Amino acid sequence: MDTFDIVFYAFAAITVLSAFVVVFSRNMMYAAFSLLFTFFGVAGLYVLLQADFLAVTQILIYVGGILVLMLFGVMLTNKVVSVDIKTGTIHTIPAMILAAIVFGSLAAVFYATWSKVPEPATSASTTTRAIGELLMTRYVLPFEVASVILLAALVGAALLARRTRKS
Amino acid sequence: MDTSLFSRVLAWLPNVQLAHFLIVSAILFALGLYGMITRRNAIMVLMGLELVLNAANVNLIAFSHYGGLNLDGQVAAVFVIILAAAEAAVALAIVLNIFHRFQTVNVDEVSSLKE
Repeated sequence: MDTFDIVFYAFAAITVLSAFVVVFSRNMMYAAFSLLFTFFGVAGLYVLLQADFLAVTQILIYVGGILVLMLFGVMLTNKVVSVDIKTGTIHTIPAMILAAIVFGSLAAVFYATWSKVPEPATSASTTTRAIGELLMTRYVLPFEVASVILLAALVGAALLARRTRKS
Repeated sequence: MDTSLFSRVLAWLPNVQLAHFLIVSAILFALGLYGMITRRNAIMVLMGLELVLNAANVNLIAFSHYGGLNLDGQVAAVFVIILAAAEAAVALAIVLNIFHRFQTVNVDEVSSLKE
């Protein structure tokens, strides 16, 4: 068990435990803040997988953008002015069965094929330049489509969220 | 059979490989699915959705790393993050509109598009 394994288990524990809190906590603010730790843990896993650009992107966009949006959503859609915002659950038993089935089948597939996996890449160079070159050459069309989608989605979101004045 | 399976799992645990990352992503996926189904509040459903998207991204990047640092997986993950940002913005705008109209964001109480 070397350093890689120990760091992996640390980040995996952060990710999984805080994801449990996100899903099972009845307090919405606790759930939103533990989603922060889930995103950090996943970013740590990205670093372990030599995806440095993706790890920074994960922190910038998920933690800096999406999580802040979520927190604003939680606070704007509740009348109580405190951190004590509760939420209920429905369909608990069927959801638990379905999630267990999905996890069991995924884990069975992964476990059945784990001995056939290749060795990890040993290249230690940064990936940012290579990803940029890929985005500008092979993936230039998806890149442009994604930029148009982002523009349309943000304009649409601004239009939807603006409160229309009834005349 | 059971003891051999157990000992195989024990021998498998310390040597971190591709499958470990995949198992973590499977746990994230199952938790996100559970959250999406059980939560009544629409924003908590969105949080479950983010967990599922993160699970998919972990898979993409794990295969990118263990497939000889093939960067196509990382580019796909970039697109997933872009779409997640767009989806979160639009979904929260819709949730705010639902709240203004119905004074609630519980998905089981909002069953009509208009009042």
